[in-house]
Amino acid sequence: MKARRDVTAWVLLPVVALAMLPLMSFSTWVTLTIAGAAMGMMLFLMASGLTLVFGLMDVMNFAHGAFITLGAYLAVSVLGRMAGWGGSESLWLNLAALGVAVTVGAVVTGAVGAVFERMIVRRVYGSHLQQILITMGGLIVAGQLVVVVWGAQPLQVAKPALLRGSFLVGGAAIESYRLVAVALGLVVFGVAHAVLNRTRIGLLVRAGVENREMVEALGFRIERLFVGVFVAGAALAGVGGVMWGGYQEIVTATIGDEMTVLIFIVIIIGGLGSVTGCFQAAVLVGLTTNYVGYLTPKLALGSNIALMVLVLLWRPRGLFPVAKP
Amino acid sequence: MRRLISGDRPGHPLADLLMLALLVGLAFAPFLFPGTKSMAAASRICIFIVLAASYDILLGYTGIVSFAHTMFFAIGAYAVAIPLAQGGPSWGAIVGGELAGAAIAAVLAGLIALLSLRVQKIFFSMITLAVASLAGIVAAQWRDVTGGEDGLTFSLPAALGPGFRMVQEPFLGVRFDGRLVTYYLIFGVCLVLFGLMLRIVNSPFGRVLMAIRENEFRAEALGYRTVIYRTIASAQAAAIAAVAGGLMAILLRYNGPQSTLSFEIMVDILLMVVIGGMGTLYGPALGATVIVLAQYYLQPGLQAASDAVTGWPVLPQLFHPDRWLLWLGVLFILIVYFLPAGIIGTLRRRVR
Repeated sequence: MKARRDVTAWVLLPVVALAMLPLMSFSTWVTLTIAGAAMGMMLFLMASGLTLVFGLMDVMNFAHGAFITLGAYLAVSVLGRMAGWGGSESLWLNLAALGVAVTVGAVVTGAVGAVFERMIVRRVYGSHLQQILITMGGLIVAGQLVVVVWGAQPLQVAKPALLRGSFLVGGAAIESYRLVAVALGLVVFGVAHAVLNRTRIGLLVRAGVENREMVEALGFRIERLFVGVFVAGAALAGVGGVMWGGYQEIVTATIGDEMTVLIFIVIIIGGLGSVTGCFQAAVLVGLTTNYVGYLTPKLALGSNIALMVLVLLWRPRGLFPVAKP
Repeated sequence: MRRLISGDRPGHPLADLLMLALLVGLAFAPFLFPGTKSMAAASRICIFIVLAASYDILLGYTGIVSFAHTMFFAIGAYAVAIPLAQGGPSWGAIVGGELAGAAIAAVLAGLIALLSLRVQKIFFSMITLAVASLAGIVAAQWRDVTGGEDGLTFSLPAALGPGFRMVQEPFLGVRFDGRLVTYYLIFGVCLVLFGLMLRIVNSPFGRVLMAIRENEFRAEALGYRTVIYRTIASAQAAAIAAVAGGLMAILLRYNGPQSTLSFEIMVDILLMVVIGGMGTLYGPALGATVIVLAQYYLQPGLQAASDAVTGWPVLPQLFHPDRWLLWLGVLFILIVYFLPAGIIGTLRRRVR
């Protein structure tokens, strides 16, 4: 059954973006919109796995930020070792260096995610309280282990040389790194959307989110599917962490924890279990952060919380609710 | 005695013994463990017992997972620190600040709890996390009032200062100075608050909270407006946490985001409640004692372990004195797995 197209939620994004136009000059608006979109794409990478894991298995992973931290530190290590490519004149070598970092980030955090699922999450299916507690414990241990491996000092990310600067288009300054982030985010969203809507596995995942018992009753092993989604979500968070580390350029052990609040806001606004909602909400949060950060810098995070409260008052289950209440 | 603890004994001979030892140890701490460091540790234990127990009313008795509890702790601390820093030392500022802090915290907690009317339980946890981080930003940005990241330093009335002497001659080797008065002020208030919390959870009201924890739907079906009960429980816990926060400010003669508002403290509270045993009140008291003692005395122990393994590849970093939280985290996970009822809860089950 194809659900009715939900128009109101879809137009929210352009409406918010256009409403800000009168408050600033056009070139500023372009800069901020691209910055917001880039931040949104990175938020989407970090949040998409979490929302699916919750939707599919009713598991809330408060340690998701640890995957982001791990990804950011992997960016430090990989890009630091690839200074030859990253410092070269060729744009392709620069992008390749970032590509290697992203790949390593995805593979390593995915593997860590598999271990984490096995050791920490698997035993606490069904009990929200235990999930919150045990994943908080996992977060503490993971954060401390990161410090054991990389040390407690902030580390610098050796961002590829040609991705550092910005260029002018019609008076609007655009950072090239942000464009890469937007492109990567769009590709990942496209792939995730295609996998979920065009493949058999995607069909099973969506069916599992809507009614897990029924899928199990039809003879499918939803646990295996869940492990796959958990690992993919961890890998995506790692990719998001690599990109976010490169964006911030300075990586500390709390980089993931700081993002956790924003990620929660994103998946609450988007509706738990919905990848499309997560994408829209991520861009919405990214745009709001940048617009408000420009207009009244002190209110930046407060604005996101206000946004979340408004959306929840309008739609208590988020913009695109999928998961069972 | 039974009435003072509302007829709620720890419930197992060993637990009774532990709690009695804790009470005696804290009541006579200045005489049993003289010294500045152990006095500071004892005061912190008192304050964190109250803070963790008030969180237990939410987590253990009502089944609410809130991450905003340190916010109320900080509200109480700022409510005492701000008038003292701006108006100079006075008893009026201390008492007024404590009461105002408790009132503000209760109202704010009530408002946040009412928000949970419309959202699912798991949303509520995430929302409180967001609200707590917002509070952190407010405290750091609102420089004129909160002192920003630097916090507020202030002085206390003379009777609480180190120069004050109640009796000139030391008794049993202990000077009766302002530090002693401060300690017994903190100890007394904490004792009263703990008794009050035992009263709350053993009242008919407390039974309804437990009914909500076990099965909210059924509690609602029995005719209890569960939202009202949850809101009142949140407000009570917040008010008690705020009073504890005020005591923390008095103890430190300082308040800043790091001392009362940081997320590390929230993690500590969770550890205390879970290790000791959720839904027992005595459990968090034991947990608070263990964690505070670990903070004060585990680091030297880890230093020794680290020295013992120097030369090995990774081990020295794992046993680095700053990594004590790692081991507490491991302990926390093991306890959630193998002793989900915590220390006191497990002992209680053995009796029944």
